[in-house]
Amino acid sequence: MGNKKGRFGEYGGQYIPETLMNAVQELEQAYLRYKNDPEFQKELSTLLKDYAGRPSLLYFAEKMTDDLDGAKIYLKREDLNHTGSHKINNVLGQVLLAKKMGKTRIIAETGAGQHGVATATAAALMGMQCEIFMGKEDTDRQALNVFRMELLGAEVHPVTSGTMTLKDAVNETMREWTKRIHDTHYVLGSVMGPHPFPMIVRDFQKIIGEEIKAQILAAEGRLPDAVIACVGGGSNAIGSFYDFIGDAGVRLIGCEAAGLGVDNPKNAATMANGTVGIFHGMKSYFCQDEYGQIAPVYSISAGLDYPGIGPEHAQLADLGRAEYVPVTDAEAVEAFEYLSRTEGIIPAVESAHAVAHAKKIAPAMSREQIIVINLSGRGDKDVAAIARYKGVNIHE
Amino acid sequence: MNRISDAFKGKKAFVAFITGGDPDIETTEKLIIAMAESGADIIEIGIPFSDPVAEGIVIQQADERALKNGCTVDKLFEMVKRVRGKTDIPLLFMTYINPIFVYGKEKFMSRCAECGIDGVIVPDLPFEERAELAEVCEKHGITQISMIAPTSRERIEIIAKNAKGFIYCVSSLGVTGVRSELNTNVAEMINEVKKVTPVPCAVGFGISTPGQARDMADVSDGIIIGSAIVKLIEKYGRDSIEPVKQFVIAVKGAM
Repeated sequence: MGNKKGRFGEYGGQYIPETLMNAVQELEQAYLRYKNDPEFQKELSTLLKDYAGRPSLLYFAEKMTDDLDGAKIYLKREDLNHTGSHKINNVLGQVLLAKKMGKTRIIAETGAGQHGVATATAAALMGMQCEIFMGKEDTDRQALNVFRMELLGAEVHPVTSGTMTLKDAVNETMREWTKRIHDTHYVLGSVMGPHPFPMIVRDFQKIIGEEIKAQILAAEGRLPDAVIACVGGGSNAIGSFYDFIGDAGVRLIGCEAAGLGVDNPKNAATMANGTVGIFHGMKSYFCQDEYGQIAPVYSISAGLDYPGIGPEHAQLADLGRAEYVPVTDAEAVEAFEYLSRTEGIIPAVESAHAVAHAKKIAPAMSREQIIVINLSGRGDKDVAAIARYKGVNIHE
Repeated sequence: MNRISDAFKGKKAFVAFITGGDPDIETTEKLIIAMAESGADIIEIGIPFSDPVAEGIVIQQADERALKNGCTVDKLFEMVKRVRGKTDIPLLFMTYINPIFVYGKEKFMSRCAECGIDGVIVPDLPFEERAELAEVCEKHGITQISMIAPTSRERIEIIAKNAKGFIYCVSSLGVTGVRSELNTNVAEMINEVKKVTPVPCAVGFGISTPGQARDMADVSDGIIIGSAIVKLIEKYGRDSIEPVKQFVIAVKGAM
C-alpha cells in the first residue's frame, strides 16, 4: 500500500538522526533505480532460485487437516529455504543492492539469529565484511546460531544495553551505522525502521504471497480463505499478505507473541496492548507506558520478542484488512510439538505461533475452505530452548 | 530575537547538558542553578528515554539511572517551574520524539511554555519530519532547534534556512560521548551555514576538555558539552554540584 512518500496512512516516516538522513535517501534512490533494472532483477532471481532454493513448496498438510477435521491446511515451506527461513529473501536483495551501491561492509541486528545467519550467509557469498548485533539474552538463548554466524565469517557483538534483546540490538546497529556510513549498509531484517526499509523489505518478501497465490490456484483452482503468519516486526507476514490485499475474500491473520498472556506483563503483543508511538524511525504501534518509555517485552520466541510492529501492518489493522491475534508461549510450544508429531515438520517457534492459531480456527471451518500457514522458518534452532521450557535436560 | 539567540550576543555561548533526574530531581535542580551561576549560557535538560539511539554509553546509563529513580516528564516540568523562578537562563529540553508524542504534542508544548522552557532539541526528528512539531511549537512559542551533521552536505542549506534559535552542529559521526580527537572539518560545515543564515552555530558531540571547547568555539558561535558533565555526575552523584561547577568555570574560562 503506501501513499504519501514513505507513509502507510499516518504510519511510517523517517524519524532518525540527521547523521543518517543522507544514507537512507541514497538507499532509496539506489533501490528505485535497481528495482526496475532488468540486470539486477535477473541476478536476484538467479540467486533466489539457484542459491536459496525458490520457489518454496506449498505443501498440503493432509494429516493435520484430517486431525483438525475442518479447513484444508496448506503450509508454505519457507523453512526449506537455504538458511532455514524467509529471511534469506530480503537479505539476498539487500546485500546485492548494497554491493551495487559500492558498500563493502554489512551490519545487521538479529533476534532469534535467523536474520543474522541469513545476513552472514549472503555476506560470505558476496564477499562483504559482516558484523551482527544480537542481544546478550538472545546470544545465550540461541548460542548455536552465534557459532553458525561466526562459521560464516561474521563477527557477532552481544548487546548488553537495555533489555538485551531484539530492540536493543536494533538500537546498537543504528548507533553503529551512524559511526560508519560511507562503506556500510545496514541490512534491516524486518518491515520496520525508517523509510525506505519497510518498503524495500516488503518488496523483497512479497514473493512469498505471489508464490502462494500461483501454487494454490494450481492445486485448488481457487484462492485460500485465510493466510496466517506470525508477526514480530512483520516481514514474513507482509510477505505472505501483500499479494492478497486486493482479494477481499482472503482473511489475513497475523499472530503476535503473547508470551505468558496478554494480561501478563511478560508479553510482546503489540496490537493487543500497544498504542501509537514513534520509535526506531517509524510511527506505528508500540508496547510502551503513558510517558512513551518503550516496554521491556517478552516472548519465548526471540524473533517475535519486539515491542513494535511494521507501519504497513498498523495501517492494515486500522483499515480492518488484516486481523492480529495474540498467541501465548504455551500455545506456541504445543503447536511446535503438534506439527512435529503430526506432519514430521519441526517449525521455528516463531512460526509455531501461526500454527497454533490455525489449530484454533480450522475445526470451525468446512472442508471446502482453505487455510495457508506461512511456515516462516525451521525449528532446529529452537530444540534446546523447547527442551529447557519443558524442563528436559539434554546436556550430558 | 529570543532568549536563546540572545545567549549568543557578543560572546561565544556554552550550552551545558545534563540528563534530567540523574541521579535525582533535586540534584538536577541544584545543578542547573549551579551551572547557570558558573558561566553556562544555555542549559539543555535531557528527558531520560528507555532507548536513546543517538546517545553513547555515558548518557545511556544516565537515562537508565534517572528512569530507575522514578524520573518522569511531569516531575521534570515541576522542577523546571521551580528553577524558572530563580534564573532567566534559556532552558531547553533534549528529548526523543516518542515521549513528546505519547504525552500529547499540544499538552507537552503548552506545559513547556507554562513552566518556562524556551526550546526543544529532538534528535530523531530530522528536517523532513519537522512538521510533526512545527505547528504546536509555533503556537506556544517553543523554539525547535535544528541539527546538522558531517553527512548533511547539500542538506545544510535547506536546514539552515529554516533554523531558529541556534543550529546544533554535530561535530563528528556516531553517537554522543567523549572523543580524544575531533577530526571533522567543523569550520567548513559552519561556513556553509553562514552563507544562508545569521542564526548562530553551536558545536556538540565529543567535546570534553576546556582545550577542545576553546578550539571549537574559535570556529563557531558556541559549544555544547554533555557526556563530560554527565560523567562527573555519574562519579559524584548527589555530591556532583561542586565538581560540575568547577568544570563549567574551567570550560567557560577557556572559551
